[in-house]
Amino acid sequence: MLGGNLLANYGESIAMILFGIGFSNLLLQRNLIKKILGLNIMDTAIYLFLAQKGYIMGRAAPIVVDGVQSVEAYINPVPSGLVLTGIVVSVSVTALMLSLTIRLYRRYRTLDLDEISARIKKEHQKN
Amino acid sequence: MAFVQNVPFFSIVLAMFAGIISSVLPGKAAKWLNTFVVTAVGAMSGVLLLFLSRTGEPFVYWMGHFPAPWGNEIRAGVLEAGMALVFAVIMLLSLVGGRAKLEAEICPEKQNLYYILTNLLLSSLLVMVYTNDLFTAYVFVEINTIAACGLIMIREIGRAIEAAVRYMIMSLLGSGLFLIGICILYDLTGHLLMSNIKQSLALIVADGTYTAPLLTTIGLMSAGLAIKSALFPFHSWLPDAYGYSTVSSSAMLSSLVSKGYLFLQIKIFYRVIGLDVIKNSQVIHILFLFGLMGMIFGSLSAIRENDIRRMISFSSVAQIGYIYMGFGLGSDLGMIASVYHIIAHAATKSLLFLSAVGLTDASGGSKRFLDLTGAGYRNKIAGVAFSAGCLSMVGIPMFAGFVSKLLFAQAAVGHTYKTLPALLVLAVSTILNAIYFMKTVIRIYTPQRGESQYQPQPLHFGTRKITLLALVVLNVAMGMLSQPIVSWIQAGLDMFG
Amino acid sequence: MKHDRFDRWLHGERDSLLNRVELRPQLEYAPSEEELQKIQEEHAFLREKVFQLEQNYKLRLFQRLYRVAAVVFCIVFTSIMLITVSWLPKAGDPSNPANPDSNEVSARYIERGLQETGAVNIVTGMILDYRAFDTFGESNVLFVATITVMILLRGSSGQEEEPDNQLHPGREDVILMKVAGLLVPVILIFGIYVILNGHLSPGGGFSGGTIIGAGLILYVNAFGFANIQRFFTEKTYKIICFCALTFYCLAKSYSFYTGANHLDSGIPLGTPGAILSSGLILPLNICVGLVVACTMYAFYALFRKGGF
Repeated sequence: MLGGNLLANYGESIAMILFGIGFSNLLLQRNLIKKILGLNIMDTAIYLFLAQKGYIMGRAAPIVVDGVQSVEAYINPVPSGLVLTGIVVSVSVTALMLSLTIRLYRRYRTLDLDEISARIKKEHQKN
Repeated sequence: MAFVQNVPFFSIVLAMFAGIISSVLPGKAAKWLNTFVVTAVGAMSGVLLLFLSRTGEPFVYWMGHFPAPWGNEIRAGVLEAGMALVFAVIMLLSLVGGRAKLEAEICPEKQNLYYILTNLLLSSLLVMVYTNDLFTAYVFVEINTIAACGLIMIREIGRAIEAAVRYMIMSLLGSGLFLIGICILYDLTGHLLMSNIKQSLALIVADGTYTAPLLTTIGLMSAGLAIKSALFPFHSWLPDAYGYSTVSSSAMLSSLVSKGYLFLQIKIFYRVIGLDVIKNSQVIHILFLFGLMGMIFGSLSAIRENDIRRMISFSSVAQIGYIYMGFGLGSDLGMIASVYHIIAHAATKSLLFLSAVGLTDASGGSKRFLDLTGAGYRNKIAGVAFSAGCLSMVGIPMFAGFVSKLLFAQAAVGHTYKTLPALLVLAVSTILNAIYFMKTVIRIYTPQRGESQYQPQPLHFGTRKITLLALVVLNVAMGMLSQPIVSWIQAGLDMFG
Repeated sequence: MKHDRFDRWLHGERDSLLNRVELRPQLEYAPSEEELQKIQEEHAFLREKVFQLEQNYKLRLFQRLYRVAAVVFCIVFTSIMLITVSWLPKAGDPSNPANPDSNEVSARYIERGLQETGAVNIVTGMILDYRAFDTFGESNVLFVATITVMILLRGSSGQEEEPDNQLHPGREDVILMKVAGLLVPVILIFGIYVILNGHLSPGGGFSGGTIIGAGLILYVNAFGFANIQRFFTEKTYKIICFCALTFYCLAKSYSFYTGANHLDSGIPLGTPGAILSSGLILPLNICVGLVVACTMYAFYALFRKGGF
């Protein structure tokens, strides 16, 4: 069942454990800010995974130096580009989530999502 | 290269550019620009559809100066062009139909922002339909998610914002899973373009190496898109999000946003993994199971609901269940039925949302069933349109919903051991559908006892009513002319190759 | 005498900084009548809720079940992912399917990237030329996120809470102002350097834009919103963002159109290594940098006071 590369891929394993930690934060925390932190941990875990995938032992970053253009000289440039794109996406999403949280906090004076739901239901019953 | 082949690229860029320009335009100009863009995209997609059905050959379009494995590309076949056409038409009708409500509910200085979001939503949907690159699909899925979140919360009432938070949490979880699926797939194949991934995967499957990661990847990508399109256990955000946002948003969210993800799912099945691999993986059994559960539990929740908008939203959960059941059958017939249902449901759900607003407006703005008594007499056109939508959802012949149910049943019969559960659940779900939809129709046509407190609305044909009638006509047309549509879907799926 | 003072400070008998460093004494926290009432209501609500929770046994059971199920689910998920990782190709092994030695895609990016895109930095060449469509989408993600944040936060504070303008002036802290006066120009110049050298060295529009954004935020913290409004208002933001995105959109459309129709784009690539080289990459990097810098500052301003 277990393949042979778990220890060789220790970076990816750590990324996956981090992903699990972020995931459990997202499910278990009731505080919205902590949920957002969980999301960010998940995203970061994915970038760690990608960065680990692109790295090759003993090779340089993909910037052409002294005109050397052989494949043996550089690491894989594609994952680096994907990470770059991913980071921007996660920044935007975090900003959006935080501003939603601010709005909810201003109105309901709490960060607990369950409590917010309870209050909204109550408000709704009153009307 | 024929000039028509630039259409996918032009429509994507046009929608995006309109979004950018709208940021410096006042609300009214942004509105007209948006209407123009959606119409233009629809018209261009129609021309492309004609062109493609004449040539019968799909084509790829380079996004840049580099050919296939190196550059980025988009690809168009009849199904893609047709989907773009359907999306544009539904979006136009939803926007026009909900415009009066929109202008009343959103504060004037934020209305141009609404149109920016719609333009970007359209462009992201078009990219999801046309793209041939998985990572591009991910980026535009994110644009789609953020724009949809904006559409939910633009009404700025507490409940809509809470719904938006729940929507974002679920969606981001989904995108996280989807992205990690893409990363593993990239690691296994070294490509990001769909066609190249498929070629490499064929070799991997033949070799028998990497079976475990491949299975996980299929699971992750399907789970990610299923969460985003609100398959049954992940639907908790849906009723609030559809029930409390402004009506154009509800119509667009239910008939476009979730459908975009579903279409991407189909593309991944056909163009990335390959249907044979999918058929032999355990993932589709899980999708099948969740689809069946969604069909039952979505309808049960809808029956219990006392708010007409939320009832329609819960019915969406059931309909997404139908579509996933079609995926779960794992056959070409099942896929055809699912695609047909995607379109039929898009046409019907926007009709239901728009006409429900007509009914609630005639009842003093209340969404409760008790207040809706006799609303069908007060707003006649909305009443007729709502009834037509209900009949279609229940599956009465002559309407679009009937054909999709028939197609699902045919697809189920062709399967060995999934026939019985599929047919059984289909029957039960149809009965449940009939209970809550017919309950509503009867309610709106029950004359009110005593003096009515609401004035009947005068019968005049504004744009809103014309949209409703157009959607009814679309529904009936889909019900009557199902044969050409089915053969078009068949041809499109064949072109996925 | 002097020695004595040091000795006393050492033994904690005298604080030589007392009454010298603190600019002004901290105000005592005194909540208004209204706030007190609000807090009381809150407590009443919470008590009621707890009471209900005790009554409502089913809800409590559900919550406990949910927590257990979530933990189990996370553990199962992580183990599945670990099993998957154990089957993946070895990390850092050149012969992996995705790595340049055995993959035509990354191999060509490395071997011919310099000639085909003119960019010394292969990653920049990849994201702004080979895979430029993604990057265009990415700037649109930023754009749409700013729009949604604007919907939520601009001018919204008025509905639920009076905006208190006293909260937003500069801190008038001498140390902060002096240090910021020194640092901000350096940060801005460094940001510009990173953007302009995006195709030659590590960096590019996104990193440089973030650096400039950080410089602007530091400036606002030190000198206040009144000062930054002399050169950066909402109008400036709109114009910069609009122009940059429009140029980006038009330039990339031209490039996509010529590429797909197999026309020559006619944009010279220049000498690799020079600042003015690599065709469209430099202007695109500048556009991206402007958009990112403005967006970062806009996020900050919107979060801090709901406007610019």
